[in-house]
Amino acid sequence: MSAAAPPATNPAVPRFARTAHVARKERSERVARVVFALMAAAMVVPLAAILGYLLWKAAPALRLEFLLDVPKKGMTEGGIWPAFVGTLYLVGLSLAVSAPVGVLAAVYLNEYSRDNAFTRAINLAVINLAGVPSIVHALFGLGAFVYAAQFGYSILSASLTLAIMTLPVIIASTREALASVPHSFREACWNVGASRWQTIQAVVLPNSISGILTGLILQVSRAAGETAPIMFTGAVFYKAVQRGDLLPYRLDEQCMALSMHLYTVATQVPNVQEAIPYATAVVLLGSVLLVNATAVTLRVWLRGRKRW
Amino acid sequence: MVNGSRTAPPPAAPAAPARIQVADLRLSYGDKEVIHGISFDVRANEILGVIGPAQSGKSSMLRCLNRTIEFVAGARVAGTVHVDGEDVSRTRDVHALRRKIGMVAPLPVGLPLTIYDNVAFAPRCAGLRDRAELDALVEHCLRQAALWDEVKDRLGSLGTALSGGQQQRLTIARALSHRPEVLCLDEFSIAIDPVTTMRIEDVLKELRREITIILVTNLTQQARRLADRTMFMLNGRIVELDRTDVVFSEQPGSRQTWDYVNGNFG
Repeated sequence: MSAAAPPATNPAVPRFARTAHVARKERSERVARVVFALMAAAMVVPLAAILGYLLWKAAPALRLEFLLDVPKKGMTEGGIWPAFVGTLYLVGLSLAVSAPVGVLAAVYLNEYSRDNAFTRAINLAVINLAGVPSIVHALFGLGAFVYAAQFGYSILSASLTLAIMTLPVIIASTREALASVPHSFREACWNVGASRWQTIQAVVLPNSISGILTGLILQVSRAAGETAPIMFTGAVFYKAVQRGDLLPYRLDEQCMALSMHLYTVATQVPNVQEAIPYATAVVLLGSVLLVNATAVTLRVWLRGRKRW
Repeated sequence: MVNGSRTAPPPAAPAAPARIQVADLRLSYGDKEVIHGISFDVRANEILGVIGPAQSGKSSMLRCLNRTIEFVAGARVAGTVHVDGEDVSRTRDVHALRRKIGMVAPLPVGLPLTIYDNVAFAPRCAGLRDRAELDALVEHCLRQAALWDEVKDRLGSLGTALSGGQQQRLTIARALSHRPEVLCLDEFSIAIDPVTTMRIEDVLKELRREITIILVTNLTQQARRLADRTMFMLNGRIVELDRTDVVFSEQPGSRQTWDYVNGNFG
């Protein structure tokens, strides 16, 4: 038997024999599987712990009344209605700005632009902006919207700041969704004389809309949770609002917001009922999870209608 | 000129007017030139077979005809292509040019639309809105592509749900839907079975009466069966372009042609 014979063709070893190599391979396969499974499980533990702890601490205050009522006695009692509505305003307005701009910019970058210096500069800007910390966006919003554009400390300034913050991520996620539409569809359209816009309308957008919406909705939850950008530009500790009032703020007024309210009742106000900060956190988290669940449902539904 | 007795003699007389005139066409991707100055004519109502191994520039040549080469980053075209006497690089309406030239890609591409919309897509893009006209056109094109009988009861179902061979015929129907004067098929039979291939070949024989066909194929026998003239491309050059019976005869113009069509290489 020649020493140079490769092991796979070694005639002395039957084809399916359990050699040392095979045993080693199977062992590492088992170890890898267990390690990866443990990591996946470890990720769930803190989430479950947070949720459980929050719900347990918040239980005494968790009633519908808490959501609909206004804060009372220097915010030590009562509910969180003004903050809840404020967050709805901020997130809705910021999305109304960042969604169209972000999606259309992404369509341009993915469908129209050629690979030149201009496009590369935009790409670089998008990537870098997505990595800028929110506190820096906050400072930018303060300078640009509050002072330079003279919107003052207002819902408008705060929403625009949130919009600027979410824009790069929306562009990135939309581009990804557009890029997932096979290139052969576009070529087939171009070959029959369709313009780029006709191609985008007929084939590209209908087949990437689920990914685009998912990206947008994930940014909703991010915008809802941020504190720094709105604290600098338009959120206040307290604002007197009627109970259950759906339109308590004007665009040029400051507002309360859930994330800000949580910070306030947890650290700035003495003698708050113990359950209130936790219940506020539950409402914030619950809204975010609700929005995410909507995103998942929408995605599943739209993917079910996917057509290739 | 031995062996000149083919069963299907070329109907197009040598004097037929040129539909497409290609002169000194050069194409480079970046620094790499892949088509090195080729010139040829495509005559009206002929089937021009284009054979040659992979990487010889056949598909790239097709993309130069309808200027979809512009969508390839870094592609540079030199030389001229005239379609019906009009220089394609100077044409005012590139979309009208593309409607003039039907393209069928190697792999069938059913658009993620209904069967009806797949065929009606191009006419709609060109501005046709009238429902009755669209209906008639869709039926006509599907019949031409020998697909009508199989799909007439489910025009509203998805084109992407059809089988590969059906999708390829749908692709052909779509390529015919914008009333092209030239139909370019790029290895249309690569992903479909022999029976469907024969059906489509029959379709092409029918279509020859109305339009001009450029048939790029890796199956030399397919060119032999269908083409009036055959062009042999190798490494971005035309080795030979002559009547099919000459190219496939014992004495073609070039030794390389004989080697290729007899399976000595490629």
